[in-house]
Amino acid sequence: MSTNLWVWAAAFLTLCVLTFLYKDNPFFKFAEHLLVGVSLGYIISIYYHNSFIPMVWEPLLNKEFIIIIPTLLGLLSFSVMVPKYSWFVRYPIAFTIGVWSGISIPRNFQGLIFEQVQGTLITTLTVSGIIMVIGVITTVVYFYFSAEHKGAIGGVARIGIWFIMLAFGAGFGYTVMARVSLLIGRMQFLLHDWLRIIR
Amino acid sequence: MNVLEKLASIDRRYIFLLVGLCVLIPLLLPFGLPTYTTKHAQNLFNEIDSIPPDGPALLLAIDFAPSTAPELMPMARAILRHCFAKNIRVLVLALYAQYTGMAEMALASVIDEYDVKNGEDYVYLMFVPGYYAVMLSIGEDIHRTFPEDFYGNPIDSLPMMRDIHNYDDIALVATVSSTVSPRDWAVYVGTSYHQKIGVGCTAVSAAEFYAFLQSGQFVGMLGGLKGAAEYEDLIEKHGYTKKGIRKVASIGMDAQSAVHLMMIALVIFGNIAFFILRRKK
Repeated sequence: MSTNLWVWAAAFLTLCVLTFLYKDNPFFKFAEHLLVGVSLGYIISIYYHNSFIPMVWEPLLNKEFIIIIPTLLGLLSFSVMVPKYSWFVRYPIAFTIGVWSGISIPRNFQGLIFEQVQGTLITTLTVSGIIMVIGVITTVVYFYFSAEHKGAIGGVARIGIWFIMLAFGAGFGYTVMARVSLLIGRMQFLLHDWLRIIR
Repeated sequence: MNVLEKLASIDRRYIFLLVGLCVLIPLLLPFGLPTYTTKHAQNLFNEIDSIPPDGPALLLAIDFAPSTAPELMPMARAILRHCFAKNIRVLVLALYAQYTGMAEMALASVIDEYDVKNGEDYVYLMFVPGYYAVMLSIGEDIHRTFPEDFYGNPIDSLPMMRDIHNYDDIALVATVSSTVSPRDWAVYVGTSYHQKIGVGCTAVSAAEFYAFLQSGQFVGMLGGLKGAAEYEDLIEKHGYTKKGIRKVASIGMDAQSAVHLMMIALVIFGNIAFFILRRKK
């Protein structure tokens, strides 16, 4: 067995969370609330030391007063706490949306639409390529709602549903794999790091 | 009530118990079920392996929380081991504040195995808020984006950073992530800077990211615990792992396979039982 106090604490909290599989109980609640509190404290601490101090406080000490402008813009986000002045929050939101849109819209077109469409076209000579193109077209037809899904369009859309179902199946399989992996990780921790009964 | 009706209304906690046993037994008594290397894991390995020693760096973006560490931490460690064994210089980065601890943990667990020094063989870049801006800003000037490393050393004082200025000096961005950041690396950095992107992701995300592999926006991918186990095997096969190193992901694969077999059996049984009971009604 481990002699490290922190390993024992982690093992205790792991068991507290696993008790939820039987039913909700105070041990689970304790672990849940502890996680929320610790996570929040950790993030505040990281932001304070890695963001506020080097990017606001130190520049101010170095008389780089230009930093006051973005700092004030950021502070306006807290105006929502005072109903009378809550409209000030529009300024940081407008700034963020403006910058984010300018950065994202052209790149999303390029990376998520043009390159994906290009990727759909170049492999059509293989069997998997043909299946992929059929899958893309029929799925897009399924999501075309300006014509009633009857006749030829209905038939194509029905094929699209099959492809969508296959995608859901793949997604479900991967999700099972992911969740089981997390359980394996915790079991390995309990058996190896805590109890030391597996290699 | 016959057997099927009883099973149809079984307390789900029995299923939990069954899953628990399927995980516990293979961990205590490993079967050694065979696994194989997928093309995408091999491609990522080949891409990293082709980086010349002390040449352009690898940027390892670590973006996961403890909740997905069982899948992603073994990947991060395996990629670091591969790089350190081959003298590939590594830049480590966390794009989210809450993941900085995991990046530090991944580094700390590997650096003692190799003769590597902070600032010469690897640099852990400071956390800078702004996600997209950070990704794009690295392409302009990495020194301006990160004035310091994570430990507070001025970035210009680190020997490794003398000839690393932007993506031109980075051979590959390897993103080990439980978020959508791999997609964003492809969209923002792959598109703008034609940077090669390799991915390690949770199994949940893998299905979504196959589209990016197919389009060539990702050079390779490790999906979930299986992907991590594949990479552990690859670096061991090529002699990049020190003896006695615990292959965490590979050890878990027997349990993974056992639960999958149980799930397949339950899905088949559940469907058969459903149709039989429906016919009776």
